[in-house]
Amino acid sequence: MSRIDDYRQVAPQGAVDMILKLADRVRGRRFLNVTGGRLGGGAAEILREAVPILSDLGVDTSWEITGGDSPYYATARALQATLEGAERVLSDEGLARWVEVNRVNAKKLMLDADLVLVHDVQPASLVTHRTDGRWVWRCHFDCSAARPAAWSFFRRFADQYDAAVFSLPGFECRLGIPMYVIQPSIDPLSEKNRELSPREVADILAALRVVPDKPLLVQIGPFTPGYDPIGVVNAYRLVEKHHDVRLVLAGMADDEPERVEIRDELLQAAREDPDVVVLELPADAHRQINALQRAATIVLQKSVRAGFELGPAEAMWKGKPVIGGYAGGLAQQIIPDVTGYMVHSVDGAAFRIRHLLNNPELIPRMGAAGREHVRRSLLITRHLMDFLALMIHLAQ
Amino acid sequence: MRTAARPFLFVGCVELRQTLDSHARDARELMHRLAEVPADSVFFHTFGYFLRHRPFTTAYGNDFARWAAVEIGDRTLAERLAVVDPFAFATVEALREHLVTILQDHLRLHGGDPRVEFDRAFHFQRSHIVEVGLGLAATTLAEFRAGLAAADASAIYLHTVEARARGGRRAGDFAEWLRAALELPTLAERFQRVDPYLTTLERVRGRLLSLVDRALEEEPA
Repeated sequence: MSRIDDYRQVAPQGAVDMILKLADRVRGRRFLNVTGGRLGGGAAEILREAVPILSDLGVDTSWEITGGDSPYYATARALQATLEGAERVLSDEGLARWVEVNRVNAKKLMLDADLVLVHDVQPASLVTHRTDGRWVWRCHFDCSAARPAAWSFFRRFADQYDAAVFSLPGFECRLGIPMYVIQPSIDPLSEKNRELSPREVADILAALRVVPDKPLLVQIGPFTPGYDPIGVVNAYRLVEKHHDVRLVLAGMADDEPERVEIRDELLQAAREDPDVVVLELPADAHRQINALQRAATIVLQKSVRAGFELGPAEAMWKGKPVIGGYAGGLAQQIIPDVTGYMVHSVDGAAFRIRHLLNNPELIPRMGAAGREHVRRSLLITRHLMDFLALMIHLAQ
Repeated sequence: MRTAARPFLFVGCVELRQTLDSHARDARELMHRLAEVPADSVFFHTFGYFLRHRPFTTAYGNDFARWAAVEIGDRTLAERLAVVDPFAFATVEALREHLVTILQDHLRLHGGDPRVEFDRAFHFQRSHIVEVGLGLAATTLAEFRAGLAAADASAIYLHTVEARARGGRRAGDFAEWLRAALELPTLAERFQRVDPYLTTLERVRGRLLSLVDRALEEEPA
């Protein structure tokens, strides 16, 4: 577990002292997080890192999760999907079940705190059982294109909070409460982002059977249409006419037919071309992702639909230029012409890759700018400052 | 060396951002929304730019100019908005009026056709500044120099930009203390003349430090 003083070596000068001063003002206050689970990315990944640090700072921090039966989980997933703009079937019975199971959860959980931060959709209706303290809904996804009927249903709960927090301006949907903006962050000392020695990187690549004998183009992300891995393969094919490069696509596939279909297509491309490497990684492959990003010459994040997605921040922290799709939070992370490029098409991605390979002096220059950009704007230290400022502001 | 009866206390800040659910997808909408948002939002997108601006990004001077250049690709409008120096206006309302007038004039001459997708829209925000005492205090010029060198960059913003623009302390906190508490009117005048427009907080810090160094050299032993 990292301690706050460990971040002095990586955070901007003065940041840790600012955090200590802010924490002094909320020391002893009780702060509760509620999520739908402790595993996976998003809220859980942030809390796994932030909760121990906040406790270390003297803020009485706890983390509870809600649980239920299969219909409860299914309805919560479907409701969140509709709030993200997808079409799903939501039955009145299912929604009533979700509300009822959260009523039972509210009885089981200790919800007394000075600040209760409820993350995403699954536990959101707990707010109808709120006691003292301030309640804040932390929305980690983009709900600006929520299905109207779903939002009308959900808003009756969301409006009972004292405030909401979104990852970006523009990710919000209409609410009658103050809406704050706190960008996500990466932990530079986590397994996914900590320094690795060249030997460690070499060993991990060997285990993954990735040979770093030519420039590596790397995209990390699920094999879903939103991440457009097929588009990345097509961009690589345009590049490899001019440059001897290797493409590594590392992602996770599950049993959803759409994802299986994309994975099979990628595996077929890998069989036809030994310079296309497709890796299916488990959810906890943090060291492997770290090593792949460090070994990359250029990191791609050619998403066509995205939430905030911290992949560019992780890659920039490792000193890599990033070519990203114009989607979601990517535009907030990548500074065009400075830390990488934003592209709208396969041809655009290929053009930018070729541009960097033909002008290799840009690669370390952009990488260094990216690392500095992340140091100032996208590290957990900035996130902790924002969060403590929110606690102080809401207590006023 | 002079000693002030009242110490200078360095204070940093954290900016808590609030989104206003007010958006513009073209220059015409930008003009209409700009005319109606709270003054705090105009402040956030103009003076507040200096707190967020990083040394390696292109200097647009304010969020409106950056959006016009990067998102709607209107370089002419971007230039007209970028050259507006917010420190030249006595009030935020006067600044708002000037920006709206520029947009109005630009629309009359060029139209405002380019319209962007929602995720590239201009999203109006405001901020709440949470002040943080840094535990750095100065009663002499040498101590002041040490504090100025060590303080978080947000302290430079708070004591120069915020103090002048929102706090009503037109000289800025540093100059005001140097003049009133340390009785150094010449140095205070030099501090007041440092231009924070289109630069970075670190550069401002560097200029202020060099002024202090000069004053320390000139000061009789």
